[in-house]
Amino acid sequence: MTAHEETDVLVIGSGFGGAIPAYHLAAGGASVVVLERGPWLTADEFEHDFKFGSSSTRVFEFTMGEGMNVLGGNCVGGGSVVYFAAMPRAPQFVFERQGSLGRRMWPKSITRESLEPWYDRVAQALPITQSSWDDVTYAGGVFAAACNHAGRTANPVAAAIDTDLCTNCNWMMSGCKFDAKRSLLLNYLPAAVDHGARIRPLHEVQRIERTPEGAFLVHYTVVDPVDYRVQVDAGVIEAKVVVVAAGAAATPVILQRSEETLGAMPPAVGRYFSGNGERLNTAILNEDRVRDVLGLDRGDGLAYAANQIGRGPSAASWDRLDGSLPEFSRYSLEQLYFPPGFGTILAQAPDAEGPSWFGADKKEILRRWQSWLTIFIMSEDDNEGVFGPPPETGNADRISMQMLSRGNLRYEPTAATRHGWALADADIRDIMERDGLSRVMPWTNEVIGAYTVHPLASCRMGDDPETSALDDTNELRDHPGIFVTDGSAVPGALTVNPAFTIAAIAERAVPNIVRAAQARGVDVRYLGSLPPAARVSRKAPVTVTGP
Amino acid sequence: MEDFDGLSADQVMTLEAYADTIIPGERRGPADRAVAGAATGGGAVASGAVELMLSPEGGLAGVLDSLAEGLNEHARDYTARIGLDPDPTVPPFVALACGHRVALARELLAPGHPEQELWVSLAMFSAMAWDTGAHMHTSDAMAAGHPGLTSMGFMPSEPDGIWRFPRFSYGRALAAIHPRTTLRGDPE
Repeated sequence: MTAHEETDVLVIGSGFGGAIPAYHLAAGGASVVVLERGPWLTADEFEHDFKFGSSSTRVFEFTMGEGMNVLGGNCVGGGSVVYFAAMPRAPQFVFERQGSLGRRMWPKSITRESLEPWYDRVAQALPITQSSWDDVTYAGGVFAAACNHAGRTANPVAAAIDTDLCTNCNWMMSGCKFDAKRSLLLNYLPAAVDHGARIRPLHEVQRIERTPEGAFLVHYTVVDPVDYRVQVDAGVIEAKVVVVAAGAAATPVILQRSEETLGAMPPAVGRYFSGNGERLNTAILNEDRVRDVLGLDRGDGLAYAANQIGRGPSAASWDRLDGSLPEFSRYSLEQLYFPPGFGTILAQAPDAEGPSWFGADKKEILRRWQSWLTIFIMSEDDNEGVFGPPPETGNADRISMQMLSRGNLRYEPTAATRHGWALADADIRDIMERDGLSRVMPWTNEVIGAYTVHPLASCRMGDDPETSALDDTNELRDHPGIFVTDGSAVPGALTVNPAFTIAAIAERAVPNIVRAAQARGVDVRYLGSLPPAARVSRKAPVTVTGP
Repeated sequence: MEDFDGLSADQVMTLEAYADTIIPGERRGPADRAVAGAATGGGAVASGAVELMLSPEGGLAGVLDSLAEGLNEHARDYTARIGLDPDPTVPPFVALACGHRVALARELLAPGHPEQELWVSLAMFSAMAWDTGAHMHTSDAMAAGHPGLTSMGFMPSEPDGIWRFPRFSYGRALAAIHPRTTLRGDPE
């Protein structure tokens, strides 16, 4: 047999679910290898550029499915590099959700209260900063003022952003060139490297097999740094423990492909996918009404016209985050920004005589793009996503050199999910169309189906083996030694941005992974330390490829 | 019409006519047949739609010839169904009047059409050419007066090619916060 590299712990993916265990296990004395299929970029390589091949396509992934499209990170640092860093804790009622199961989705050991210490650790490590009205952008301000005008409340949203460094450029989806966004490149990942963890970018894990001795062989390919469709190398690493954190659109696919060598997967692997109940509406503001009705003025003669200015979401309405309301009727509404392209194609022209998402009417509303306000719905969907058979490699068939691929996720929204969306759409219209402030249309779902920037639950935790793939320690049922710690472990939609909860669950999982590693003869301890916060993201080590 | 390697003039004209259906623009001259002239200002074609479709990064370049042929095949079928008398000197999709191009595009892009995904992809490249000019560096596109970015009012970068907006906030409380907000600012 070919000699191959060995490590105590192999981590698949370097987003929140991978970086957090990688840091703690390395700090505790284990040898750790992190395989990340995307490239390793740092602040000076993040570009303000829409051009194909710039960082905007190198670090971002758009995976088309049947009825569901997933947008996420594809780089060292994963989602933390491309996200908007909005970090609210999930409300208490979320942990009591039943969905359509008729019983609690979450393990009984996890509640908001039991998760608080783990949230606290993440908040300190990144760090997350509480926001004030001075931090709320023009777009967030218009939304808050419209909420207020409609008798609603609105909150500044906490974020993992150093606002002293932030320039409000709104290029966050291409990575932050100012290191203002407190991504994992500034805390857990450099600290993991300092403790000896080896992070290998452009290494895409394909499958896992078990050795007769009970260790794992993790098979990977190495992808070309420009054309991700091209594989330039392949290899195997042996590990005593495997942490799968490839993201909710990839983790179940790796496990499905591994069935042949690992044995049958729990039935919930690749089922119960949630898109976090996400949906978008675009309001096209009437600048005069913004000034007259809301009394807003930028001080430079403009009332708003600031769609381009900011840093993603800065204000949200939590009026429907009310645990006394029935399930599938609770949601948050968050002001958001998407750049042209992602943020424009599915938007619809109100009162279009012809087609609403393309054509002459669409062009007319695009001319008013600076007066657009994007409102993001995060609601309770019905975990209706199911992954079909895995593609030959990766989690999807790549169409473009970078960014665009076609996977096997099927999602047909149930009546319960659509009910929540309809309530939220109506709520947004009530807030944003009041007294002629704007015209609002939801993005069309008829072109590519639904979409999410927060994929969840495709390999979820729970107490019931039939409907959950992981026990409450994040260990994969029937496959001891394999842990899943990314968004796929979260049982269902959270009604708020999920990164903070994913990170807290990853923190919570670490002592369990340490115990499993110890039981397998790894000399590792759980120290409970936190990574020091760096000011500047550092270059990838020169030796970035396998042995 | 520009010359594009690997595509015939008819194919280019067909792809341009489709892109112009997605984001319409004004004609480039009196002889322009691909662009229908359904809107003022440059549309997807003037914004670089065919350049973007042809970009090696995009992954569409290798199938553009068959997409153009497919569009013309659908246009022939449409023409026969509706009973039109097309101009034989241009490709069938180009021969369609603007309203008919839109009607056919709506059919191709509708949920349930067996080729919907193909035509959506081509539509997205057309839209992105206008919205982002992704075949060019954005600073260059802005400097060159890119029709889409300019029409959208996309604000330019600072001279170093970096976007910064020092003024970004109304700087005052604009709503009451939710009564069940924790001291740390989270929902309860």
